[in-house]
Amino acid sequence: MSPVEQRFGPYGGRYVPETLIAALDELTAAWEEARDDPSFNARQDALRRDFVGRPTPLYLAERLSERVGSRVYLKREDLAHTGAHKINNALGQTLLAQRMGKRRIIAETGAGQHGVATATACALLGLECVVYMGTEDIRRQAPNVERMRLLGAEVAPVEAGARTLKEAVSAAIRDWVANVDTTHYVIGSAVGPAPYPALVRDLQRVIGEEARAQALAAEGALPRRVIACVGGGSNAIGIFAPFVEDAEVALVGVEAGGDGIASGRHGASLGAGQTGVLHGSLSAVLSDEDGQILEAHSVSAGLDYPGTGPEHAWLRDTGRASYVAVDDDGALGALRELARLEGIIPALESSHAVAWLLENPLQGDGFDLLCLSGRGDKDLAEYTRRTSAA
Amino acid sequence: MIAGEERIRAAFAAAEAEGRAALMPYMMAGFPDREAGLAVAAAYVDAGADLIELGVPFSDPLADGPAIHAADTKALAGGATLRTALEVCEAVADRVPVVLMVYVNMVLAHGGGAEFAKLARAAGAAGAIVPDLPLGEDEGIRDAFHEAGLAMVPLVAPTTPPDRRARIGAVAKGFVYLVSTVGTTGERGELAPELAELVAATKADAGETPVAVGFGIGTPAQVGEVGKVADGVIIGSRLVRAADEGGSPAGAADAVAEFLAEARVALDG
Ligand SMILES: Cc1ncc(COP(=O)(O)O)c(C=O)c1O
Repeated sequence: MSPVEQRFGPYGGRYVPETLIAALDELTAAWEEARDDPSFNARQDALRRDFVGRPTPLYLAERLSERVGSRVYLKREDLAHTGAHKINNALGQTLLAQRMGKRRIIAETGAGQHGVATATACALLGLECVVYMGTEDIRRQAPNVERMRLLGAEVAPVEAGARTLKEAVSAAIRDWVANVDTTHYVIGSAVGPAPYPALVRDLQRVIGEEARAQALAAEGALPRRVIACVGGGSNAIGIFAPFVEDAEVALVGVEAGGDGIASGRHGASLGAGQTGVLHGSLSAVLSDEDGQILEAHSVSAGLDYPGTGPEHAWLRDTGRASYVAVDDDGALGALRELARLEGIIPALESSHAVAWLLENPLQGDGFDLLCLSGRGDKDLAEYTRRTSAA
Repeated sequence: MIAGEERIRAAFAAAEAEGRAALMPYMMAGFPDREAGLAVAAAYVDAGADLIELGVPFSDPLADGPAIHAADTKALAGGATLRTALEVCEAVADRVPVVLMVYVNMVLAHGGGAEFAKLARAAGAAGAIVPDLPLGEDEGIRDAFHEAGLAMVPLVAPTTPPDRRARIGAVAKGFVYLVSTVGTTGERGELAPELAELVAATKADAGETPVAVGFGIGTPAQVGEVGKVADGVIIGSRLVRAADEGGSPAGAADAVAEFLAEARVALDG
């Protein structure tokens, strides 16, 4: 197999303190070995099937299709164990950590989905687990905090900055710098220093591989468009990856528009950001002219991040994928719409992708594939708060 | 030898001629506020600093622990920018060499390696430490710094493998910054027991280039101990704390001067 990528075009790299370089080298080597090891893959496949519940269904959403005027298939990551795609990455990385002999796992979380997924995988494998979470997100995603604690994880509150995902990632990286000998950092999206963006993509690729085969089986053809929301970009890169070579398939990433791009309060680093370094890689970031990283804004905690994965920045520059934005109100409306049309309450993150689809129906023949990255139970309190205040 | 490196090496040589390690206090520009930052820098010079490590406030300082991170946040809240740091640099650079500690995103945002180096040199900076630009990433930035006469000071960590440490030693200009412990900046109760060994190994790899030790040095006794084995001793979080506790520009200057006086005695030991 080809080596794990360090860069995607100019993007990616390892912009981290020297202390971590040896650990990143070790992780790169371990992943290159593990991903080609039949026994590792057999174990992971079995757990994906019996524990996570893979393959997740590809569901033809008939009433939604009727509403937009063309067929829409939903890739049901909301039906994966713990309710989002995040478990694919968490399970793979904790298996890798176990193989590397690391007994202590740290993670960051925004929406709480990655924290819950990591806490779950650690319970499964008997590993110690600490999850860093901004106190604003602890407030917004209270049910997930309880779930993590119930699963035996320690939730470490982070008070810095806007008290959301960016600061939680920074806190986790600082922990890793101090405990790198014993600890593996399970980063929650396709971001961070190499090899993380490639490692997370490899682990999330299962979404796209399944969906591609399922679409071919259902339709005898590939989708015209593949649509996914983009926070750090892991569900999107996971579903995009197997379609990148299919030039006729459009890839559409939907970023958080927050209060609207013009307001400056958003999370659209690909669409409205700069090239810069955040959390160890060169990519699209929200940063001011002095080079200070700006706070992102989104109703969804999982998209509330001022950076994105380096591979997306490269897919954007090469024109292979396009990136659009949906604002908070659009996402809140789409959550309700999908609930009423299909009996599925999507996560606020995934609702961004649904909202874009509702506003941009497919023209002509064919069908759409949309990654329903997670379920919305965690968002009910926030949904109610935002919609009743209006 | 490029201009900035010459300046730094002369400072180490002067300390060595006095039979001691170089005293290298760190400070955060714009902290606790603009005035106090300028007062702290002046106090460092008066207290006999051989070199000043000048932190440029940044929103996401990954190599820094809670004390310096909080100082970044406070400085930024007070309106500090790169300009604030360059102003401090301009104020003291004719009396003591200044090495900027700046995160890579700020270098990129100010036009990249060549443009940034031009700004830094114009303010009198002799060198720069970019803590999130390890060997092997964006070598163009190092080349551009050196082209402009700004010495790129690399870091070596306890986790750095020997072959890599040798490569870092070979490209270092000014000095090698040896990180004393596995972790971020911040005061520690104890120095790592293997520190002396690590310093010796790093010095062997660095050849003529001096080796200074930083991260976690917070008491005069620790300064004295590290000074016995290293060419320079960097004091960071402890002084940032002192500057904060000073209360006013004059108070901050007094507080850091008091600690540095004790540190100097320990070095002269
Ligand atoms: C359900 C769901 N979808 C999407 C995301 C965004 O992350 P990513 O862009 O890495 O898929 C999150 C993050 O927490 C999430 O919980």
